[in-house]
Amino acid sequence: MKLYSWKTIKEVAFWGVFLAAIPSAGAASKIDFNRDVRPVLAENCFSCHGPDAKKVKGDLRLDQRDSTIRPAKSGKIAVVPGKPGKSELVRRIRTTDADDLMPPEESHKTLTSAQKEMLQRWISQGAEYQGHWAYTAPTRPQSPDRAKAIDSLVKTRWRSLGLKPAPSVDRRTLARRLYFDLVGLPPKPEEVDAFEQDRSPKAYENLVDRLLASPHYGERMAIGWLDIVRFADTIGYHSDTPRNIWPYRDYVIRAFNENKRFDHFTREQLAGDLLPDPTVEQKVASGFNRLLLTTEEGGAQSKDYEVRYMTDRIRAVGAIWLGQTTGCAQCHDHKFDPITANDFYSMGAFFADIKETIIGAREPGMLVPDVKEAKELARLEQEIKKIEADYNGAHPELSEGFADWQKSELIKLTQDESWVRWAPAKADSSAGTKLKVRDNQSVLASGNNPEKDNYTLQFTNEVAGVVGIRLEALPDDSLPAKGSGRAGNGNFVLTEVVARVERDGKETRRILFDSALATIEQTVAADSNPYKLWSAASAIDGDIKGDSSGWAILPDVTKAQHLQLRLKAPLNLMKEEMLVIELQQRHGAKGHNLGSFRLARTTNSEAIQWLNPVLVSADIAVLLKISPNNRDGSQRDKLFSHYKTLAPLLKPLRDTLETARKSLTDFESKLPRSLVTERLENPRTVRILPRGNWMVETGTEVKPALPAYLNKQGASVASQRLTRLDLANWLVAPENPLTSRVVINRIWKQFFGFGLSKVMDDFGSQGEAPPNQPLLDWLACEFKESGWDVKHMVRLMVLSETYRQDSRSSRENLIKDPENRGLARQGRWRLEAELVRDNALSLAGLLSRTVGGPSALPYQPTGYWENLNFPQRTYQASEGEKQYRRGLYTWWQRSFVHPSMLAFDAPTREECAAERNRSNIPQQALVLMNDPSYVEAARSLAVRILKECPGDISARITFAWREVVARPPTPNELATMRDLLEKHLVQFQNDPSAAARYLKVGASPAPTTVNAAELAAWTDVARILLNLHETITRS
Amino acid sequence: MKSSQEIGQFLLQQQTRRVFLGRTSQGVGALALAAMFSPDKLRAAATQSDKWQGIVKPFHFPPRAKRVIWLTMAGGPSHLETFDPKPKLTEMHGQPMPESYTKGKQIAQLQGQKLTCFEPQHKFQRFGKSGVEICELFKNIGSVADEICWVRSMTSEAINHDPAHMFMNTGSQIAGRPSMGSWLTYGLGCEAEDLPGFVVLTSLGRGGQNQPISARQWAPGFLPSRFQGVHLRGQGEPVLYLGTPDGVTRSQQRDVVQTINSLNRQRDTIVDDPEIATRIAQYEMAFQMQASVPELMDVSAEPKSMLDLYGCKSGDGSFASNCLLARRLAERGVRFIQLYHKDWDHHGGIKQGVEYKAEEIDRACMALITDLKQRDMLRDTLIVWAGEFGRTPMSQGDGRDHHNAGFTVWLCGGGIKPGMVYGATDELGYAAVENPIEVHDLHATMLKLLGIDHTRLSIKFQGLDVRLTGIAGNVIKDIIT
Repeated sequence: MKLYSWKTIKEVAFWGVFLAAIPSAGAASKIDFNRDVRPVLAENCFSCHGPDAKKVKGDLRLDQRDSTIRPAKSGKIAVVPGKPGKSELVRRIRTTDADDLMPPEESHKTLTSAQKEMLQRWISQGAEYQGHWAYTAPTRPQSPDRAKAIDSLVKTRWRSLGLKPAPSVDRRTLARRLYFDLVGLPPKPEEVDAFEQDRSPKAYENLVDRLLASPHYGERMAIGWLDIVRFADTIGYHSDTPRNIWPYRDYVIRAFNENKRFDHFTREQLAGDLLPDPTVEQKVASGFNRLLLTTEEGGAQSKDYEVRYMTDRIRAVGAIWLGQTTGCAQCHDHKFDPITANDFYSMGAFFADIKETIIGAREPGMLVPDVKEAKELARLEQEIKKIEADYNGAHPELSEGFADWQKSELIKLTQDESWVRWAPAKADSSAGTKLKVRDNQSVLASGNNPEKDNYTLQFTNEVAGVVGIRLEALPDDSLPAKGSGRAGNGNFVLTEVVARVERDGKETRRILFDSALATIEQTVAADSNPYKLWSAASAIDGDIKGDSSGWAILPDVTKAQHLQLRLKAPLNLMKEEMLVIELQQRHGAKGHNLGSFRLARTTNSEAIQWLNPVLVSADIAVLLKISPNNRDGSQRDKLFSHYKTLAPLLKPLRDTLETARKSLTDFESKLPRSLVTERLENPRTVRILPRGNWMVETGTEVKPALPAYLNKQGASVASQRLTRLDLANWLVAPENPLTSRVVINRIWKQFFGFGLSKVMDDFGSQGEAPPNQPLLDWLACEFKESGWDVKHMVRLMVLSETYRQDSRSSRENLIKDPENRGLARQGRWRLEAELVRDNALSLAGLLSRTVGGPSALPYQPTGYWENLNFPQRTYQASEGEKQYRRGLYTWWQRSFVHPSMLAFDAPTREECAAERNRSNIPQQALVLMNDPSYVEAARSLAVRILKECPGDISARITFAWREVVARPPTPNELATMRDLLEKHLVQFQNDPSAAARYLKVGASPAPTTVNAAELAAWTDVARILLNLHETITRS
Repeated sequence: MKSSQEIGQFLLQQQTRRVFLGRTSQGVGALALAAMFSPDKLRAAATQSDKWQGIVKPFHFPPRAKRVIWLTMAGGPSHLETFDPKPKLTEMHGQPMPESYTKGKQIAQLQGQKLTCFEPQHKFQRFGKSGVEICELFKNIGSVADEICWVRSMTSEAINHDPAHMFMNTGSQIAGRPSMGSWLTYGLGCEAEDLPGFVVLTSLGRGGQNQPISARQWAPGFLPSRFQGVHLRGQGEPVLYLGTPDGVTRSQQRDVVQTINSLNRQRDTIVDDPEIATRIAQYEMAFQMQASVPELMDVSAEPKSMLDLYGCKSGDGSFASNCLLARRLAERGVRFIQLYHKDWDHHGGIKQGVEYKAEEIDRACMALITDLKQRDMLRDTLIVWAGEFGRTPMSQGDGRDHHNAGFTVWLCGGGIKPGMVYGATDELGYAAVENPIEVHDLHATMLKLLGIDHTRLSIKFQGLDVRLTGIAGNVIKDIIT
């Protein structure tokens, strides 16, 4: 067969448009509603005469035959079956009267004359309607046998289009194609040679089976799935912070490798948590529900984002399983498809039970240990249990200590109760500090924090016989280091406490103290303190003594500390009198002011002897006050348990327990974690939101329900609320018309370049009825009936003759079928972003073959993340083997996807992506020529050339060619490359420092045993090879 | 049925180097099919360079502007300290915000808090013949006030930074839609020979929160990658991977490119793949960019008077520098130039904060307008100054919270009526009450000035004819000359 050049084809193709008559345009042929009529009506008419009930004009719906053939509002009948002349529709599309013309001018839509002709013929033929093709479950077409079905159904199509198939492709190209398609890696030349020479009739089948069994098969298959489910390492919105989710990615890889049946795969992801006694793996799979975009932005409104998350999940189910563009129904009934707003929100209600923070950081997620780690976890947990059992024992040896402790605590409580909390009537600062008296009678300082300050506190209660005053320094979360002082370390200095009684604003007498006690007296930093101690006494010594004296509490700033002052004489306050206490701070440096404190007074001279800063909690206090004989068993147990937490005798056991627990948390902190789905007992309320507006809460409340238009069986009138598991079961139920078609269509695209229905994400009326529907339906049926066996389906596809055709085309085929919808040749396309990288690293011998694990950070230009914030982030490229991981393990930062991945059309995975663009842009050239990853790969490939091929230049170039594109160079190619090599070799020999710099690119060192100039020149050879169109093309 | 239209479309794709595959191929439907059936035009298309010519042919309206410079004031500038005087708010200072204004409205960080009126923190004064009253901190902008049209009745649907930027850039709060720069280069192509059609520059100011900006804001969404905005960076290489590897000279890099292209051409004679011709063109373009971008970024060739006008130094990465670069990009035929100046998010310390911003942008904005006018380019360059939203008349400490019910944007040049004020907020500056404008209206107006009917620039995506203006958008006719 002769292959024609595109240049000539371009000339003839134009005429071909006219010569190749539209296949179905022959007068006798039968118009097919789904194939011919529906797309034209949907495109041009449905927006006013379609399913959106609120927009229907003139009471005419062209998507329903009933409406079409009865009189509309105008009294006229749009379609009179068999009688185009009497059909208003025909008149309106043919008229020259601009007022009557359909579609109207303002719609900017026009029908071609062929379309008008076709509609007219459809009416003459009876204007029959068909249900939308994709909403009827597929039926298996006749075909000879399983293995031959694809080819036989394709051949039928060849015959009807008059196509002749392309010849079988040569084995070298086939091997390279199959490797990229099944494992995403290039074959080694020796593997290609072996396959080329293998004369066994099973040679190809064996190769297919070997690759299907490779651990890299799962990696290859995962790429498309990770796109459609929008898998990424970060949350997406605003701060785009990381979250723990990579174990989900490994689950997907493993699922493909182990050939997990697609129905299980579906159930585990949507509802792994709802399966009976779910495994760790099933829970990790349920992380699927957590893949969406979330936010931590301050000021984001919970209701708003609750709706965003729900609608995101609905769109995902629509895209992944149903091929339905549900998004439109958020605001109104779908314009083209029968999806109603009710369907939309009822679908959303399935996800209302997912436990999640709406605004804020995601939780760390579930621990995901591997087998070995799980054992160690169990051992550590067992260890803790053992110690706990010991600890929880009766411990009779504690009884004496227990009794003593109760006595002393009771005394403390009694004494403490004689202290009366005393809130100042007024609290002022001499330096503008804000002092606020709080409900618990304490005072909190805020605002200005001056170097020195006097707090003046006024007390006006009438009291008698006060013998002591207590100041509690109270730690507070609002203060530095969560201490009780306002210095950066949480400390304070109380230089002097001065007290006096005033009447009418005048001092009437001074109040003196004769001793002071404190729960702590700071010893550190006391060198310049005259007492060499920050003592309690220094606060009442009546003398400021400079800035290095006073009471301070380092290091125990986070505990409540008491200062107790005994009065020289009992204090009585009359009605007109006022006690004024000044708390003076003269330390000076760094605002060592009290931050939070409370005063109390006592008339009990016993109480003043004791410091009881730490008291048992209120519930324990209650128990203590019950006499031992009156306590019931549980009260005694509770009290004893409390005592155990502080009994000196039990300290060694407590320490052992603490160590064991710490070992566990330390071990856990090193284990991977992954977000999973957990169920809320009370699901969130879901309402239909008018026009999608989350602020309107008047819509009808809805419960989870399957879309009415697809669920022909009618929902089983279950009294129980439907769950995500019900949804999953329905998606993979035999009667579901969409899932099998949508999923198999995506798998088909991986091996043939486009879907059998080419609009991957829309199987509704705006999508494309597959030109070869029998083939799609056969595959869908086979997929279901094989028990959703993905490997089986892939195997069928790649073993077909259709797959094994040459990707070049004959002139005739090109004219008759320019888009190759008839599949009379293979396709060719640029490799996916991940595989461009994998290919280069693999050829370089740098690629890590590890499967799974945390995401990796390939070299990235400095500052690429400069516009990320909360927090600012600096990119740290991975080191060692992790630098050379496959593309699919690249850290997926949604708001800034790695730039060399982005250049090759990797999606941001903010929304579900059913397919990628295949663009051809200058950034790709810049990446392949200049990105350090590719420069380093080129150099490593050059090292391989020099080390592994000892021959002359020609032999080496030939070796390199075979490595990179699995074929030897042509003489011209060889000569072109040799010229370049020789020229650059001389240049690098003349500039050794340039060569040295060139060889330093990348983290891996260049070998010193190779001549630098020679290696630099060969690096350019390798760089050119890695840049060739052929290198990054699968054909 | 294989319609003739589909075949025609396919052939056209071949001629335009097959940039469209999959779903986007349907977008070509907007082209005049007649052109494809004329053999002359077909052959002409086949021999054309790879340059994308745009889908809007002919223009839907006579274009008034050829390009857009969009000054995004990121963080949400307060209209009350910039361009919308509110004496009544001064009177009401410290009093509770009347509930009639705020009831049932979206509130961001002030949710559930007491709402108190907060007076404008700076004085206003009148400028120009038009006598427009703007904040006295913006004297330079005031000096060109008669060139500017102030829209004081802008609104947005979003109230948090990320979705609000998305809405302002793509007309949708759902990620994955093309940014307006992508729409424009898709619609009109790019006139620049060796630069992308959509360029983004970012700068950081003093005293703000440095809110993050996602690359999503200049992403092509479902349009092909060639329409993505290229971020010209202030640090490192201006375009990612622009520099040749260390140790490789430009002449060696030229050899490498030429050898790659020569080998690709040789391969093409065997496999006959039209993608190869595109690949060759892209390598040529990439190699040209390695020279043209550094040349573009180097403003040292500008006269000193020009640097003084803008108030910048070469390579200082300031907003002023970026304004000068914007003019250089405009001269070179770049279609959509978007500058982000960050740190307008004044939840606190708004008085000082706006002073900082005024120092950073006032002179530069004036310089850009003056410079373009001197070159007779203001006529066909549309400048838009806009945040993603405004700020509340209510206080948040000594700052203001996010606010979407009414704020100010301004436009200039490119067919915009100069020296006018359009629309108004209520007397406290809370809601747009006179001629309220939505983001889709702003987009529709911009497209109209560029010669595009916003209802006709659409692409089929997920079952919808997706447009920049969603299902809404009204051209603001009153502000067009």
